[in-house]
Amino acid sequence: MSWKELEEAAVVKGGTSAGYIVSGWRVKRPVIDEAKCTNCLICWIYCPEPAIVRREGAKVAIDYDHCKGCGICETECPPKAISMVREP
Amino acid sequence: MTQTQTSTVAALQGDEAVAEAVRQCDVDVVAAYPITPQTIIVEKLAEFVADGRFKGEFIPVESEHSAMSACVGAAATGARVFTATSSQGLAYMHEMLYNASGMRLPIVMAVANRALSAPLVLNADHGDMMGSRDSGWIQVYAENVEEVYDRTIQLFKLSEDPRVMLPSTISFEGFIISHDKERVRLLDEGAIKRFLGRPAPKHRLDPKDPLTFGAIANPDNYFEFRMQQAEAMKNVLKVFREVEDGFEAFSGRRYGAVDSYNTEKADRIVVANGCSAGTMRAAARALNAGGEKVGVLTIRLYRPFPADEVVACLRNAKAVVTMDRSFSLGAPSGPIAEDVKSALKGASLDTPVMSVVYGIGGRDLSVEDGRRIFDMAKDSSSFGATQVLYGVKG
Amino acid sequence: MYQQVKGLKELPLEEPLSPGHRLCPGCGASVVVRQILLAAPSDVVVVNATGCLEVSTALYGYSAWNRPWIHSAFENAAAVASGVEAGFKALARRGEGQEHPIIVFGGDGGTYDIGIQALSGAMERGHRFLYVCYDNEAYMNTGIQRSGGTPRGAWTTTTQAGSARAGKTEAKKDLMSIVVAHHVPYAATASISHWRDLMNKVRKALSMNGPTFLHVMAPCMRGWRFDGSKTIRMSRLAVQTRLFPLYEVEGGVYRITVPVPSPKPLEEFLKSQGRYSHLFLPQNATELEAVKRDVETNYGRIERMSLFTAQTPGSASA
Repeated sequence: MSWKELEEAAVVKGGTSAGYIVSGWRVKRPVIDEAKCTNCLICWIYCPEPAIVRREGAKVAIDYDHCKGCGICETECPPKAISMVREP
Repeated sequence: MTQTQTSTVAALQGDEAVAEAVRQCDVDVVAAYPITPQTIIVEKLAEFVADGRFKGEFIPVESEHSAMSACVGAAATGARVFTATSSQGLAYMHEMLYNASGMRLPIVMAVANRALSAPLVLNADHGDMMGSRDSGWIQVYAENVEEVYDRTIQLFKLSEDPRVMLPSTISFEGFIISHDKERVRLLDEGAIKRFLGRPAPKHRLDPKDPLTFGAIANPDNYFEFRMQQAEAMKNVLKVFREVEDGFEAFSGRRYGAVDSYNTEKADRIVVANGCSAGTMRAAARALNAGGEKVGVLTIRLYRPFPADEVVACLRNAKAVVTMDRSFSLGAPSGPIAEDVKSALKGASLDTPVMSVVYGIGGRDLSVEDGRRIFDMAKDSSSFGATQVLYGVKG
Repeated sequence: MYQQVKGLKELPLEEPLSPGHRLCPGCGASVVVRQILLAAPSDVVVVNATGCLEVSTALYGYSAWNRPWIHSAFENAAAVASGVEAGFKALARRGEGQEHPIIVFGGDGGTYDIGIQALSGAMERGHRFLYVCYDNEAYMNTGIQRSGGTPRGAWTTTTQAGSARAGKTEAKKDLMSIVVAHHVPYAATASISHWRDLMNKVRKALSMNGPTFLHVMAPCMRGWRFDGSKTIRMSRLAVQTRLFPLYEVEGGVYRITVPVPSPKPLEEFLKSQGRYSHLFLPQNATELEAVKRDVETNYGRIERMSLFTAQTPGSASA
């Protein structure tokens, strides 16, 4: 990019990291068993990304574009509704 | 010359004049740490705070590095920001100078020059400022108290211009200008505020539009961000003139990026900056009265270096003497000498240049010294490749 | 005063931190930031020191911060925050803006060591901001070198374990005591495992008119050598073994907010991290004892401080 096109002083608009996909970092991916999930939001409050999305009127879902497969959610889920499964 | 709107004439020390200018410019935040010979600036501002005459925030930071850091934080909110330092303090905040400039924050700083330790000394030379000439700050030198007062005001206008958005420094010799009382024709506060206005910055910390300041770059774009600063530096040459136009319109006063005395007719021209320019002019006037043909070119705007104007003034000279009040150890000649030689060479001029290093550690330069320096320049074939250390003992 | 956090569902839906940042999978610092910003008002302004958090969340073109955010240098976050606070104050006085709560994030590197001066100065001057030290107990961003926050006995790349040495020989600096010595209105420790305790401390701190401080443990799977899925567990274990007591100091009065009457054995915490594996070699038995003593001494001291300062208000500081 030419110096004329870059933002002055390298200022960046907030939230733009969402445009960066990190799914390639994963070895395993979390899968939620909807039946067991109580929507307690524990996985959501412990997710470092966050790659767990809260939805109005629905249970949480995994944002697979941004999940790095760390496995915290599986470890912490109280009803054990999340399993880390090997990436296909 | 237009009507000068002045309210009073005061006898002020250089440091006092800076404080008065800062107060009149309605600065929002001052973050500074005391260091001789700048201390009177912060003490005066503290007096203004106590009297309610300075309404901005005064942060008595715990170090110069924190002073510049606080200035960066305040400037990022869109506030008008000022600090002052000298010598060791300037060196301590060195890292932050690049930070402020890279983040394009229009901070204005006063530097009361003082030579750098070790060995420790309190008196003036330009070593402190020369150490930061690559940092991307606009650098202006003044030679008397009224000029310091005027430039402090002008630099807010210059730095805050959207075509510039670079921090700037007004530099003046410690004790000689910072402490000596001189006559200052103070300007009308209303006129100053109208002159400065309040330009809105392009970016600021504001929850309504969350922006990220100070992101990490990479080899693919770092050079281009520097290029942006280089372009802004180039714009300074033009904007500087506009600022002086506007300032002259209400104050009747103008200084220029350079000042030339008799350079069109001179055989030998001395290039100087700071208070010694006045000394050299006094010596030159005496010599010219005795039938010689000498001139003095005063560098006022040092960064960006006004190469075109410098070359235009030196073009007809048979010999040039550059005077550096700083000692660039290990270099063939002083910083101003290097800049002048480059400018002359760039214009395909072969003029012999003698580099004189003087006044180091606050050593005085008299009019008699000035005459001797002009005499030294009479035989340009004697000019060596390296600098002359004028007045060094032994 | 402040609104207590009762449940997770009451927290805002809007994420203060966007995903797509480059922090390691399972990074504790990231959870620290998310929990703190979710508890804070949406108009906070963030100041960040150089470190893991900063470099990974603010790349040109990719910023994870949905809040106004500024990074300047490594050692000056508290000084920059002082300037931001003053700037907003000045603008508000001129009627051209308003003040906003300020949260400063600094790692143990940027807080215990290179940043201690700026923090000390800012606290002494009484600026209003919440300073959060996310403590991963080493200079992690530059490759796991020791800091003043590295505990005794821990392996780092500059406190290696071998036949002549068994990890860091010096104790961890008592950062909370340093902060409390500045007579700040509020300082507390917190753990991401105990999110409700953490979030209420955030809200309490932000309600105070002066410098406030949170010391939060940020377990680092890279530097501590454990599987990233265990980050929260590690923080919880630190609390449950009394290694990282959760307490607050309000106006000089100490109070343990999560008492640990029957602590788990410290070995459980130490054995689960590679950085302490050398402590279990027979030749390092004395060092292991010293590490255990550090934990007992520290917890005991805080217990005694809470008893003492509760009885005699104004005795410790304030």
